[in-house]
Amino acid sequence: MTDPRAAVAAVVDPEIRVITIDELGILRAVDRDRETGRVVVTITPTYTGCPAMDVIRDDIRRALAVAGYPDAEVRTVFSPAWSTDWISEGGRAKLAAAGIAPPGPRGDGTAVPLTLAVRCPRCGSPETAQVSRFGSTACKALWRCRSCSEPFDHLKAL
Amino acid sequence: MNGPFDFTLALGDDALVAAQRLGEWATRAPEMEEDIALANIALDQLGAARLLLSYAGELEGAGRDEDALAYLRDDREFRNCLLVELPNGDFAVTMVKLLLLAAYQVPLYTALAGCSDERLAAIGAKARKESAYHLDHSALWVKRLGDGTDESHRRAQAALDQIWPYHHELFTADPAAPVDPATLRADFDAAVHPVLAEATLTRPETGWTPGGGRAGVHTEHLSFLLAEMQVLHRAHPGARW
Repeated sequence: MTDPRAAVAAVVDPEIRVITIDELGILRAVDRDRETGRVVVTITPTYTGCPAMDVIRDDIRRALAVAGYPDAEVRTVFSPAWSTDWISEGGRAKLAAAGIAPPGPRGDGTAVPLTLAVRCPRCGSPETAQVSRFGSTACKALWRCRSCSEPFDHLKAL
Repeated sequence: MNGPFDFTLALGDDALVAAQRLGEWATRAPEMEEDIALANIALDQLGAARLLLSYAGELEGAGRDEDALAYLRDDREFRNCLLVELPNGDFAVTMVKLLLLAAYQVPLYTALAGCSDERLAAIGAKARKESAYHLDHSALWVKRLGDGTDESHRRAQAALDQIWPYHHELFTADPAAPVDPATLRADFDAAVHPVLAEATLTRPETGWTPGGGRAGVHTEHLSFLLAEMQVLHRAHPGARW
């Protein structure tokens, strides 16, 4: 049987399919229940209303079933609240490679962080402008590059 | 309000009704980006509503889950403030409503994040980060509308005059609640007053202060909203996609 942690860590985010839930930082723990031996996975949502959570739970159970753990339990926790600071370096590189500008450092959590410069993931130019604070998924904003004129997604700091 | 159940239910109802109202803009917003923005904000509100109503159901201990609370209560059993149930009106009314709501929810969730109830603290810590975006977004629009053309200024001022009386209800003192709403007033003022000034809008005098939402006494608008929101679940209980 595969290591359950490795099986779960390989599950990709259903909305941003270039990055795994582990790289995104929403996978918090993979444990074994001491009494029953069941695999217990703990995840946290990026945003409270994230509609991908049901799919992610199903994908985790499916991956564990394939790995030989058919009775896994998936728990969802909300504290501590997810932060874009939890996205791994590898995850950031994958986002950028897929044309999604990775988030900058966040503020103290009480105010909207100031975005100083978001580099265009296509041409690298810092000459970019925000088109909308909200994008195709809850965690993204819409930006546009003034140098190469390409629109792109930016994973906003949270 | 009195106990943690009533408090949590009221906050959950605020978020749920706000989500339903904002969702009405989907496919109707003045521009594509705004359509997406309003739908995203509605989704944030719905996310907070689900957490709050689920917890309220647990506090009550009567076996009601988030769906039972959202879909199987009548208007008199809802505890949301009147502000969120008011019709969307034009875009200015929607943005003024969102500004006042977000300027209340940011300090509310921030205070919740530090309260002694662990579940409420977790919800507050999560939701305040999202509400900060709502506040930022609505403040930007209120400034653009207020300090825009003569027509946009006229509409923004009319919206503010219409909606302003309803925000007083949000700060009705409730010393027994996990967070006393009266303590949030200063933060609300500090967030809203500079925005109105920059928007060249005149803050209305305090006059009529409608309330009653927290006691289940609502405007007629809530009944219509619930009829639409609940019809499927009531016709087909437990229906799933």
